[in-house]
Amino acid sequence: MTTKLMGEPVRRREDLRLITGRGRYTDDIGHGALAAAFVRSPYAHARITGIDVDGALDVEGVVAIYTYEDLAGPMAEPLPVLIPHPQLTAPRTGFPLARDVVQHVGEAVVMVVATDRYVAEDVCDRIVVSYEELPVVVGVDASRAAVHAVHADVPDNVAARHHQETGDVEAALAASPRTLSFTQYIERSACMPMEGKGVHAVWDADDSSLRVHTSTQASTSVRAAIAAKLQLSLEKVEVVAPDVGGGFGVKIVHPWPEELLVPMAAIALGQPVHWAEDRREHFISSAHEREQRQEITVGYDDEGRVTALDVRAWHDNGAYTPYGIIVPIVTATQLVGPYAVPVYRVRIDSVYTNTVIVTPYRGAGRPQGCYAMERTMDRIAQDLGLDRAEVRRRNLIGKDQFPYDHHLTFQDGRPVIYDSGDYEGLLDKLVALVGWDRAEERRAEAASRGKQLGIGMAMYVEGTGPGPYEGGHVQVLGSGKVLVSTGLTSQGQGHETAFAQIVAHELGVPIEDVEVTTGDTRRFGYAVGTFASRAAVMSGNAIALAARGVRAKALRIAAEILEADVEDLEIDEGVVQVKGTPGTAIPLRTVAVLSNPLRYAFDEAARQATQFAGPGDDSKPPVAVGDAPGLEHVDYYSPIRSTFASGAHAAVVEIDPTTWEIDVVDYAVVHDCGTIVNPMIVEGQVHGGVAQGVGGALYERMAYDSDGQLQNASFMDFLMPYASEVPDVVIDHQETPSPLNPLGLKGAGEAGVIPGTACIASAIEDAIGLRIAAMPISPTELYDLVRSPDAERVPAAIPGVPA
Amino acid sequence: MKPAPFGYADPTSLDEALSVLESEGESAKVMAGGQSLLPLLSMRLASPTTLVDINRVPGLDAVVVGDDGVRVGALVRHVGLLHHAGAAAVQPLLARATANVAHPAIRNRGTTVGSIAHADPSGEMTSVLALTGGSVTVATPAGSSAVDWADFFIGPLETSVHGPAVVIDAFFPALPARTGTAFEEISRRKGDYAVCGAGVTVTLDHDSRVTSARASYISVGLVPEVHDLTEAVVGQSADTADWAAAGALARTLVDPDGDLHASADYRRLLVGVLTERTLARAAQEAQNR
Repeated sequence: MTTKLMGEPVRRREDLRLITGRGRYTDDIGHGALAAAFVRSPYAHARITGIDVDGALDVEGVVAIYTYEDLAGPMAEPLPVLIPHPQLTAPRTGFPLARDVVQHVGEAVVMVVATDRYVAEDVCDRIVVSYEELPVVVGVDASRAAVHAVHADVPDNVAARHHQETGDVEAALAASPRTLSFTQYIERSACMPMEGKGVHAVWDADDSSLRVHTSTQASTSVRAAIAAKLQLSLEKVEVVAPDVGGGFGVKIVHPWPEELLVPMAAIALGQPVHWAEDRREHFISSAHEREQRQEITVGYDDEGRVTALDVRAWHDNGAYTPYGIIVPIVTATQLVGPYAVPVYRVRIDSVYTNTVIVTPYRGAGRPQGCYAMERTMDRIAQDLGLDRAEVRRRNLIGKDQFPYDHHLTFQDGRPVIYDSGDYEGLLDKLVALVGWDRAEERRAEAASRGKQLGIGMAMYVEGTGPGPYEGGHVQVLGSGKVLVSTGLTSQGQGHETAFAQIVAHELGVPIEDVEVTTGDTRRFGYAVGTFASRAAVMSGNAIALAARGVRAKALRIAAEILEADVEDLEIDEGVVQVKGTPGTAIPLRTVAVLSNPLRYAFDEAARQATQFAGPGDDSKPPVAVGDAPGLEHVDYYSPIRSTFASGAHAAVVEIDPTTWEIDVVDYAVVHDCGTIVNPMIVEGQVHGGVAQGVGGALYERMAYDSDGQLQNASFMDFLMPYASEVPDVVIDHQETPSPLNPLGLKGAGEAGVIPGTACIASAIEDAIGLRIAAMPISPTELYDLVRSPDAERVPAAIPGVPA
Repeated sequence: MKPAPFGYADPTSLDEALSVLESEGESAKVMAGGQSLLPLLSMRLASPTTLVDINRVPGLDAVVVGDDGVRVGALVRHVGLLHHAGAAAVQPLLARATANVAHPAIRNRGTTVGSIAHADPSGEMTSVLALTGGSVTVATPAGSSAVDWADFFIGPLETSVHGPAVVIDAFFPALPARTGTAFEEISRRKGDYAVCGAGVTVTLDHDSRVTSARASYISVGLVPEVHDLTEAVVGQSADTADWAAAGALARTLVDPDGDLHASADYRRLLVGVLTERTLARAAQEAQNR
């Protein structure tokens, strides 16, 4: 029997390549290319009054300089709003190169193409752009105040008012035995993939075709965008995502201006052009996430059961809304988590500021929602003097309540109906895993060492695997090699391994024979992209269906040759055989050769296959109507709606009351992503997510000053946790398969990051006995908090959140 | 993040290095490990006309240990001091402080003398030079001379050395008898620039009573300073001295700035905490020397 592959911790097949420097990233491609560099706005809000390039033209090696004036046709129009929404009443996007007004520091104004990047930057230094400064808006509170407008034609700074409700919340609050209200903030962080963005474009003038390599999470859509904006026919554009050094969301935004401008220059100049984003560019001209102000009112009974929840929030969407209002919608709809909330109203204003755009970063609005809901649970527990785990337990959706309809509309326009889950099971496992009931004992032990120990928890439900579809292509070659292709891209998730496991399992072939290609429009033209924890759910199922198609065809062909019934056949280790009759068998590779009636015997496989080839039936065409030569199959998976993964995290922190340093000493995760393809990969995803969760809770922030200058746009001052700051993570799994898809999968990519901020805030609060109203929090801020004379013991000035 | 054009010279003797510096003028820059300089170039925050790479100059890579102290050549990497048992025996602060310099990759390439010449108040070795009462040797076309630490550091990233000159070594005096040391930093992440760091020495008499307690801090002033805290603990026994009083005194002596990672108040808090902790450890060590 073939070695079991589904659910096994198969080692990632791509890692040897990736960790020994043999990955092939965009910056490894095309060393002879011309280099692009950009002059970017040094002001957060300003009108361009002049661009003087005279001093730049005599730099040796300059090839071309482009400004807005050089953009023609669709390129001169604003960048697209990818995901419009009826509530996004004032969408705004920039131009590939700024036209007249710049809206954030880092917005591209001039593109320079030169013989190499050094020269290109020399040229940039000599271009003089004159600006007339305009009033700057930074932070949600300043945006709300609307003393100044980011976009002159949006005077209230509101891009969208997102609003959903499941009943009369005011009446329900009035009828609630108890209510409480509080306000809290969460700040910005960002994806920060190791590899920034990068684009390499080659124009083949003879063929009138364009090949673009770009570090993207959505190559098929970049292709369509380039074709539309540069007025090329789709079949003349190829877009390839080579190895991508991390995405975490920022590379799902498309087209980035550079993804259009670099190909535009390559066509205009008739030479390959290359651009690799540097780290400062990534900080000031890609995307951030997370900043919100949240005002929460909750009604509950004396047992701590929620009766009504009213959330009013302001979401900072930065200067533009190219990605619509996905992030605030996700916050709004995922906020309720694993809890039954009888009446819920959420109103989130998505507001403009003169800062880098805000688009999904791993979690994509969920960490903020989780922060709101979980801190609410803690508040209720504090108010009633109940155990925080117990309050949660009393509010969980029961195991017998699925499918559970929240009567909300998700980011994909579909209803938020939880497909399956066991939230009480998660909580039981978590309490055991972290030793929740031993917290007092540990607190005393820590106190004896002079440390203040605290424990916190947070639970979440994550809608994963939204549609509309992904496809898979599986083909068996005469060599026995099995080619698998899907259009979505990979940024390190281990798709080469997980998808190969699925195909090897479905088809009955050794995993060594399976070769996976992702994100290459030459191989697969229809795809959506890798985001929203959707790759395994979407492409995993599509590939499984494609493999089943191949299997069916292989069995049909083999049944004829072996003169057996299809039902009696099996495929094991790449051999089609009659069950229980060893010897009555044919290798799958031979079936592949026989599937094509044109068999020039170029190789040994073809020669061997002739022994099986029958005389043929003269009364039928060699390829039957409806059949096709070759052993391959394409299939698609398109879900009715998202599937909902879930989990629960707990953190134990120790605080040094002399220095206020915060140490996360234990971190426990219980995780349910339905059927697991590869537990090692899932755990890796969880570990990485927790690292980013710790970063968001304790280290990372985008420190904008009131002029809109990002004060920490380097890895020296933007503090992502090192391995030394990330706790060891203990994980327990729960598998509640999804009834919605053939493999029972739920997404796993984003889960690890979602509860980090909520859970660590809860633990710190538990340790010091003071309310944490703004995250992230650093030792210097904790020191301010403990000295705060405020009656409510809330920091008077919200640290790091500009007024 | 590519440097502006610059010239590059790789002299093979000190005289040649000095003559290149003389002909290139003030806008030439000496490079040893390059760990601070090259990022400044890449971010175009510095645009020297010429880099004078002294890595091929012979004779600058020695750690010379004598009874009076440790002389560290301009090409000695931090890691070379970190693992130098002889140097640590004469002046334990060298290994203790270099252990706190950034990460291994930076310690392997960056030089101790280069760090001192860079005069960053967040640097560990500037502070240690001050605390030990050390000096640097500055070579100029007119000859070499020793410059005391107090005359060397003028401001953040600024020294008193101008014109064609190469700092060819730093001299750290030996630790006196009955003296112990300690060094500790608090940083946001392991290996980061310290939010606050402290190096201290405590000297005892033969009855184990404190005769001297001195401290120098990292990331606390504009230039390295040495603070004499003796008055808070003088004459007290090493085991029972009121180190908290010394910490409280230290807090009144420093004038830290706030930045993204720490308020001035928080830095002042840490000065007190680290002073108390390190003096206590140094006093224990002093009893055994």
